[in-house]
Amino acid sequence: MTRQRLVTALLALGVVLLFALPLAVDGGRSAYVGSDTQAVTAIQESDPGYRPWFESVFAPASPAVESGLFALQAAVGGGVLGYVLGRLRGRRLAAHDGAARTPDDTP
Amino acid sequence: MHIAEGFLPPAHAIGWTLAAAPFVVHGARAVVKEVREHPEATLLLGAAGAFTFVLSAIKLPSITGSSSHPTGTGVGAILFRPPVMALLGTVVLLFQALLLAHGGLTTLGANAFSLAIVGPWVGYGAYRLTRALGGDLLPGVFAGMALADLATYLTTSVQLALAFPDAGSGFTGALVKFLGVFAVTQIPLAIGEGLLGVLLFRVLVTNARPDLERLGVLPVRPAEPEEAR
Repeated sequence: MTRQRLVTALLALGVVLLFALPLAVDGGRSAYVGSDTQAVTAIQESDPGYRPWFESVFAPASPAVESGLFALQAAVGGGVLGYVLGRLRGRRLAAHDGAARTPDDTP
Repeated sequence: MHIAEGFLPPAHAIGWTLAAAPFVVHGARAVVKEVREHPEATLLLGAAGAFTFVLSAIKLPSITGSSSHPTGTGVGAILFRPPVMALLGTVVLLFQALLLAHGGLTTLGANAFSLAIVGPWVGYGAYRLTRALGGDLLPGVFAGMALADLATYLTTSVQLALAFPDAGSGFTGALVKFLGVFAVTQIPLAIGEGLLGVLLFRVLVTNARPDLERLGVLPVRPAEPEEAR
């Protein structure tokens, strides 16, 4: 394995550990409520009289539908990112090929 | 960092919308100008937008026993300067407000101000500072990505503390409370986002060197094939 690839693997492993370790250490005690939801709870505790004055124009029918839409968002983003990186790599390899071949092709 | 729909009093909602609007309009012009003058930049602009799209969709567990999501705005800020992210970040927030009931239209201005304006500018500043102090590209990317993420959540805490000052301890007490919700949770996420940014830029350095040179992220290297011939 080249050094380049080792560094990539270690970086990826680091990212995974960063999020897997808290889960493992916690052992299922925490609910992992979203911080955005906690902020709403904090507002309601400190200012019980506050009423939101506008409703979401569209709210997913259930948590399952909502997580599906979040997955869709991630999939679209991941798809576009993968497409771009693939195009960039293809372009580099094509340019590389072209540069290598040009001297032979020219009479 | 998504302030929920209706959870800013009208005066604050309008104020933050007015504050964010010029940045977003300026950002839209910056994107159009970039695409018109450098059509080849469209690919990397797409990558920057897509990165924010993915990362802001993923909620990750943190050491505090709560979860939060990264922002991904540092990539575009480093590549194309922050104005571009004012538009791209706001588009992501609008998508989430309309389809996911996450954030909202009345809080779009405040959320855009934190995610699409303050985050990218702080990240860009951290990146430039690292480079100015002699740091390489990748340490600069790490600092830029991580601080863009953290600064976004610090801004949200300030916005909420301004809107909902504590009855006893006022703005400061409320700020401490909202920082307690957002800041500590976000630290591991910011580090993870920095590492992801480094991974992405390693791929870009290999595969998009000409673009990075044109954008001034990498120094221009004399073309090798000329000598090889």
